[in-house]
Amino acid sequence: MSDLSPNLIPAETPAPKYLSGLRTVLRDVMSRPSGAIGLSLVVFHVLLALTSPLYVPYDFKTMNSMLMLMPPSSEHWLGTDHLGRDVLTRVLLGGREALLVTGVATPIAVVWGGFMGILFGLVGGRIDEVLMRVVDAFLSLPWILKMLVLIVTFGSGIEVLIPTLAFFYGIPVIRIARAATHDVVARDFISAAKARGHGRMTIIRRELVPNVLDTLMVEGAMRWSWMLLAFSSLSFLGFGVSPPTPDWGLMIADARGFMSFAPWGVLGPVIALSSLIIGINLTADALAKALGIDRAQKAPV
Amino acid sequence: MPVLRNIDLVVRRGESVGLVGESGSGKSTLALAAMGYLKRGLQLMDGSVTFRGDDMFGQTRQQLERIRGGHLALIPQNSGQSLTPTSRIGMQLVEALKLHRKLPETAHLPKVIELLGQVRLPDPETIVSRYPHELSGGQQQRVAIAMALAGEPEALLLDEPTTGLDVTTQAHILELLRDIAAERDMAMVYVSHDLGAIARVCDRVVVMYAGEVVLQGSTRQVLTAPMHPYARGLLASIPKLSDPRLPVALDGRPPPPGGAGLGCAFVDRCAIAQERCGCERPALSPLPSGDVVRCHFPEQASQISIMGSGADPVRRAPGGDAALSLRDLSISYSRPSLLDQILRRPEAGVATVDDISVQITKGETLGLVGESGSGKSTILKSIAGLLPPVGGSVTVAGDQPLPFAVEKRGPDHLRRIQLIFQNPDDSLNPRHTIAQILEQPLRLYFGLTGAALHARSAEILDRVRLGAHYLDRLPSQLSGGEKQRVAIARAFAAEPDLVLCDEVTSALDVSVQAAVLDLLNELKQSQGTTYIFVSHDLAVVRALSDRVAVLYQGRLCEIGPAKDVYALPSHPYTEVLLGAVLEPDPDTAPTLTADDVVELSPPETGCPFQRRCPRSLGPVCASDIPPWQTSPEGHAIRCHIPLSELAPAQSLS
Repeated sequence: MSDLSPNLIPAETPAPKYLSGLRTVLRDVMSRPSGAIGLSLVVFHVLLALTSPLYVPYDFKTMNSMLMLMPPSSEHWLGTDHLGRDVLTRVLLGGREALLVTGVATPIAVVWGGFMGILFGLVGGRIDEVLMRVVDAFLSLPWILKMLVLIVTFGSGIEVLIPTLAFFYGIPVIRIARAATHDVVARDFISAAKARGHGRMTIIRRELVPNVLDTLMVEGAMRWSWMLLAFSSLSFLGFGVSPPTPDWGLMIADARGFMSFAPWGVLGPVIALSSLIIGINLTADALAKALGIDRAQKAPV
Repeated sequence: MPVLRNIDLVVRRGESVGLVGESGSGKSTLALAAMGYLKRGLQLMDGSVTFRGDDMFGQTRQQLERIRGGHLALIPQNSGQSLTPTSRIGMQLVEALKLHRKLPETAHLPKVIELLGQVRLPDPETIVSRYPHELSGGQQQRVAIAMALAGEPEALLLDEPTTGLDVTTQAHILELLRDIAAERDMAMVYVSHDLGAIARVCDRVVVMYAGEVVLQGSTRQVLTAPMHPYARGLLASIPKLSDPRLPVALDGRPPPPGGAGLGCAFVDRCAIAQERCGCERPALSPLPSGDVVRCHFPEQASQISIMGSGADPVRRAPGGDAALSLRDLSISYSRPSLLDQILRRPEAGVATVDDISVQITKGETLGLVGESGSGKSTILKSIAGLLPPVGGSVTVAGDQPLPFAVEKRGPDHLRRIQLIFQNPDDSLNPRHTIAQILEQPLRLYFGLTGAALHARSAEILDRVRLGAHYLDRLPSQLSGGEKQRVAIARAFAAEPDLVLCDEVTSALDVSVQAAVLDLLNELKQSQGTTYIFVSHDLAVVRALSDRVAVLYQGRLCEIGPAKDVYALPSHPYTEVLLGAVLEPDPDTAPTLTADDVVELSPPETGCPFQRRCPRSLGPVCASDIPPWQTSPEGHAIRCHIPLSELAPAQSLS
């Protein structure tokens, strides 16, 4: 109990910026260099994924034994791979699957993780303690092991990958949402609402959730980039997208063997994948700053 | 945009200079600049800082590291909390010694013990092996001071070193700083918003406003007859024990950094501003008294009153209907553990708050004072239903006793009791606009919607002297004082009978505090509201309360009409508290009769104050709960010492 808490709220310490409305947040994100670059990269990749089938120069699966591992030329700007397929075409198309899977799985992960986290945070006490230990146990297992077990059991189609990724990546969200809930619940505006006599659900909906949502938004952006990396790793290992569908992770795996004399096969997908992940991370960073959240978490790259 | 402008300040050895001003006036920035440090985003535009002949901004990083903490030490606000929690006190001091002094390894421990003794920590030999969390806030602050002294500094910079400490602790720390500065012939720069502390420690005072020095002079001159309208306004806005009237608010707020126009930065808030002030910036000019002042009309300025000539607080005569009665209220934070529940063991330990019986009449203001941990806020939370008591009863307006838990109370009872919190940053949801904040009680209690809701919200805002244009703003877009007004507006939107004010002015600047007190007084007058006003600041409580109750360790020590509680006879604890209050008057010295030990739990038997009481009678205080002794005026003191003896002994001390 701090009856005698500091007498001054010094004007020197910048107050956390809480912004109303999505538009103000977006404007703030765009006004930061990291946000402007990051968001442009993300938007670019999403647009590319949506429209690339309309203008790719070649068919992604046409093999040509005459054109195996050709260096970049005027016909094949990024060269060809070991099966003679056009690398540029495959790079342009290679993010579609990844973005689709992670784009669907991320919101699901944030929603279920956020819901459980808020619930645990509110329930508190021993139930919360026990459940959080279960969460810890889950988190202590290497993710790739967990994923592989499920994929080996159920197969590697989209219908398996989306729920699997959403499930595993929702678990760390539980922790974050629970911590954020604990922080908010301790604040006086919750006590004030209680003392006024508002119902439990009203307090959760009106007072708690809007304040936890900021953290969840940033967390969601972070989870997205982690998930992309996981998806590409799975493809790399051969458990994600099945050939001949183009995918960056798969392309890197395929071209890896020829890297010493045909580096263009790796370069294209690597640049594409890392620019997307960097873009998401920069956006998450700017978003966190715009929402006034201190994010000490490390980026996955 | 310059944040600080044209500052010329020389501090000599053995001299102690106070920097005062509202938050945002640049006083902390100036103190840090004296160390050659600028906060991020700031840069040196012009001028220099010289310490012992060296230009601080011309030093290399290594040179600066050697000077800082060595010859020039900083004691920041809450420095006690900046001690490393995982390292023993002794180790931390040894590290400071190694860094700045070349002593043989064997001399470290004796030196550390010597330093701890110099800051008057009891039993330095054992403190050495303690961890910071095992010490009280005041003790931590002493360790921080010892650490600053480790480098044998020639100058100390103190940035609000006692903010957040209890009155008695604060008084002790200030006495310590005074003595240390005198013993070591150190220069001190003391940054504070608290003129009482400044009066006690400083020889010279520099008043800052909007990044400029507006007045500089001897402490006596500045505190008794300042020649600048801002300094006068500041003095008038401080509640003083010697002046029971409401303090006068200093309206308006300072211009944002670099936002001052052509003229005097204070022109918008100045009572004697003339045409010339708006277009011509006054220069610092010397006065016959030796002060320097930045004002065109210092003669007229000296006509402005520095006393609390604000509205007389509305005082209610005793008697009338009860608005609230608390009977034998006891509250405990400890919940029985699972094992205790299974074994059905009786609850162990003493209740945090116990045996509180108070009756408050309609329209009365009851002040509740005590140090941190005395249970003031706990009692308010219990009345509001947020913390169910373990025993006793809470009754509103002679009704049936209220259910303890807020969920079980009827809407009408909920509406009639409203709570205002200490820190509006915490009590207003940062994601809600002011309109959404005010809507909640209006919808909940009165079912207002649409145009009626909007009109009512605007009307309520108007009542707290904020306009309807605030409705669409977010709390972060408001100043501290404005935010607290919104919190007050939200409470009054419920048209309550009883408003519980929990340290509502503690997070505000003095000038803003005066405005909030004035507003509360006005609302009391127009609405006939009953207040319970909790504060650690005895002068603030005095300015607003009809009756005052003094709490120690969750037990009532004394209760009675404000003027009687603040006069003789007093409970020994009240006497200690009043003695430690620092007034902005260079002629008063605090009388420190009890040490500033912080007790964490009340004793199991006897008087709660027995362990610190300077007038303890011995075994009887430890074994028996003292009886209430009530005077005909309704002034009650709970002490074994007879009233007749409590009075004359005091006039001697």
